[in-house]
Amino acid sequence: MQIVTADRPVDRPDPARRARRRPTPGLALGGLAVAAVALLPLAYLLVRSSEVGLDRALDIATSERVRGLLWRTGLLAVSVTVAAAAIAVPVAWITVRTDLPLRRFWVVATALPLAIPTYVGGYAFVGALGPRGILQGWLEPLGVESLPSLYGFWGAWLVLTLFTYPYVLLTVRSAVRGLDPSLEEASRTLGQGRWTTLRRVVLPQLRPSILAGSLLVGLYTLSDFGAVSLLRFDSFTRAIFVQYRASLDRSTAAVLGLVLVAVTLVVLGGEFAARRSGSYHRLHASGARAAPVIALGRWRWPTFGLLCALLTVALIIPLAVVGTWFLRGLDAGEPIRLTATLAGNSLRAATLGALASVAAAWPVALLAVRRGGRLGRLVEGACWVGHSLPGVVVALALVFFGARVAPSIYQTHWLLTLAYVVLFLPQALGAIRSSLLQISPSLEEASRLLGRGSLATTFRVVIPLARPGLLAGGSLVFLTCMKELPATLLLAPTGYPTLATQVWSSTSEAFFARAALPALALVLLSSIPMAILVLREPDR
Amino acid sequence: MRRPAKLLMAISAATLLASACGSDDEGGADPGATDDDGGGGELVVYSGRNEDLVGPLIEMFEEESGISVEVRYGDTAEMAAQILEEGDNSPADVFFGQDAGALGALAADELLTELSDDQLGLVGDGLKDDEGRWVGTSARARVVVYNNEELTEADLPDSILDFTDPKWKGRIGWAPTNGSFQAFITALRVIEGEDGARAWLEGIQANEPLAYDNNVATVEAVAAGEVSVGFVNHYYLYQFLAEDPDYPASNKLFGGGDAGGLVNVAGAGILETADHVDAANAFIDFLLSTEAQTYFATETYEIPVADGVEPVEGVPTLDDVTLATVDLNKLDDLAGTLELLTDLGIV
Repeated sequence: MQIVTADRPVDRPDPARRARRRPTPGLALGGLAVAAVALLPLAYLLVRSSEVGLDRALDIATSERVRGLLWRTGLLAVSVTVAAAAIAVPVAWITVRTDLPLRRFWVVATALPLAIPTYVGGYAFVGALGPRGILQGWLEPLGVESLPSLYGFWGAWLVLTLFTYPYVLLTVRSAVRGLDPSLEEASRTLGQGRWTTLRRVVLPQLRPSILAGSLLVGLYTLSDFGAVSLLRFDSFTRAIFVQYRASLDRSTAAVLGLVLVAVTLVVLGGEFAARRSGSYHRLHASGARAAPVIALGRWRWPTFGLLCALLTVALIIPLAVVGTWFLRGLDAGEPIRLTATLAGNSLRAATLGALASVAAAWPVALLAVRRGGRLGRLVEGACWVGHSLPGVVVALALVFFGARVAPSIYQTHWLLTLAYVVLFLPQALGAIRSSLLQISPSLEEASRLLGRGSLATTFRVVIPLARPGLLAGGSLVFLTCMKELPATLLLAPTGYPTLATQVWSSTSEAFFARAALPALALVLLSSIPMAILVLREPDR
Repeated sequence: MRRPAKLLMAISAATLLASACGSDDEGGADPGATDDDGGGGELVVYSGRNEDLVGPLIEMFEEESGISVEVRYGDTAEMAAQILEEGDNSPADVFFGQDAGALGALAADELLTELSDDQLGLVGDGLKDDEGRWVGTSARARVVVYNNEELTEADLPDSILDFTDPKWKGRIGWAPTNGSFQAFITALRVIEGEDGARAWLEGIQANEPLAYDNNVATVEAVAAGEVSVGFVNHYYLYQFLAEDPDYPASNKLFGGGDAGGLVNVAGAGILETADHVDAANAFIDFLLSTEAQTYFATETYEIPVADGVEPVEGVPTLDDVTLATVDLNKLDDLAGTLELLTDLGIV
């Protein structure tokens, strides 16, 4: 039987605490090295901001414009996060625990919108729902003159929510799988109703996973440029881009970037405080019992309908719009631009990024989970900085250090991979962290007592047990690297086109038909590892 | 349960191998580019111009000169920022950008070297840097495209300023998020002053213009009769006319110093730190050659800037449009323009 204690205080001493001892020097050094790399963008921002002087920097940071941007961007990030969690938590529950029709199909399909880059999804939504879009065309004969405007807050909110909710879904779903049904049964036996049980037993247990997924969504929203630019929402990232695009003013852009870092630290502080201590691992590795299937009864088909609606909006509409670009292009005799080289380049860069991110996240996750303490929190916090910054800022930071300090690896795969690590490390970190949390430290202790050294224990015990997290983190980073644009444009080896850069190149000159096939290939290829991963998860 | 994980790893490994082999193949087909880690090659060009537009031109240069070119494509402004950050260690020999502002920023940071008198002599004043650090390679003009089944040229005012007349209500299309449109507004602010530009924008807004995402969509809307006129760059129309000579749209040009006919350039400069100076000069010479200028005229429908090359018939010449009444270097205050457009709720 597995025992999962929620955030309620437990009389028994927390077994995880036994393992919290001083980190080994190797682990501490590894973690600090990763943190140092992750903080390169911050160092760059400080260098560039210092050029305007402290007074001017403070003026910019506290100006009315920046306050307005902060308010709007914060509102967007919070709304997107809340909406993403509101979609993801029920979907995670339904696709794991109920007798939903075609449940296995939904497990894969509901995660796939993550594979659609916002810069493609944004165009698709403007094409489908915008003024003079496809929907407008259908409704015009019915007398609908104009649709409510898609541009601005609600459009950006819609696009970002639909294409980021899978971050929460994936983390929550694995937590739902790990839930111990006996706790729910105990609650029901004690006379609590189904809703009370859900509220007081289930949700508290899902709390770390909801927080982890929400953090990814919230900070991603701060950094996204595709959706806010296409849907014309004046966000912080857009303001930073304007500084580069409009006046090449790197110093003002850097001050804005620092404000964004400050916001990130506040959010992280909140998240760290909200992670109450508690243990989420099984005391006994064996004996996990599958939860009984919950019959939806008369809600079975309405639930099915709702999921169909979600899938239509988040996956079918964008893919259909890209499909119509493709057909229109075939009609017009556009050349087909999809070569094995493009796909191979994308796969290679993303694979390297995923492997490196997992490798870098490992010591950080170990430090944070097993050793805890201030060092663990500092290192983990440092790793999040890159994730909330616009890609172009991180890319320019690595251009700055790469060209000046390490010209031999500048514009090679080495530096591009490093950029991916700085940008996407937290995605691997979150997955690895949750799987480490589920491993009982007593297993490691047993291995050490039986005479294995710490390295041998890591390789023979911890890594095999953490494998689901390593694979999940790796495939998430892989998918995100596939669609990454600004760092790839600036840092990839010269003459190394990828699917993402090809889509960008064609859409930037409004050659949508030429962008269609690379965009479809991008979505398809980046979803393969995730689909395999989702399917190999235990059935319930 | 273990099989899919192994499959995943096998796929990754195969991908790495395949792509490693793939890049070797490329190297074989493209002499000089064997080093896929950059740094090789005989000329490194950072191009803010789109690969679809200038890729064939660069191939022509490679064939003729025997010099192999490594091109890095990107956004003009982001690439300029990249060169600024690279500083003295930039691998780039040539920056080929699509607007004067980015070239001006590199020149202002003293990253561009002075071009030869032969090169500068081919291009008229106002289409190159005053101190000769970059040169325009082709030009584009702002125009008003109109539906020629509905309107004749005589129906159109001679100044862009007069489109605030209420008779244009609901008949105007524009693409306010487009960079060229914003450059035009910047010019308007220089020519008409801040208040004049604001008043014009308010007047146009009162006419309830339809906002499109880009110039192409605006031209299509004009031809479809959705709107009567559109504020665009000149060259988009000719792509449609090449496919369909009866395409029902024409360009109205604005000369005589009107902001509506503003000319902006795409241009190139050689970096101070270029390793391949001779090849870089050969490339600039090529961009200003009759052959390349003809390519711009016939393939991208831009306005040739070097002496002696005429645009394609029907495409405006430099004489038809407003030239040099605005110093192109003054078009760098895009931030102010964006503030104005944001303030008026246009973007």
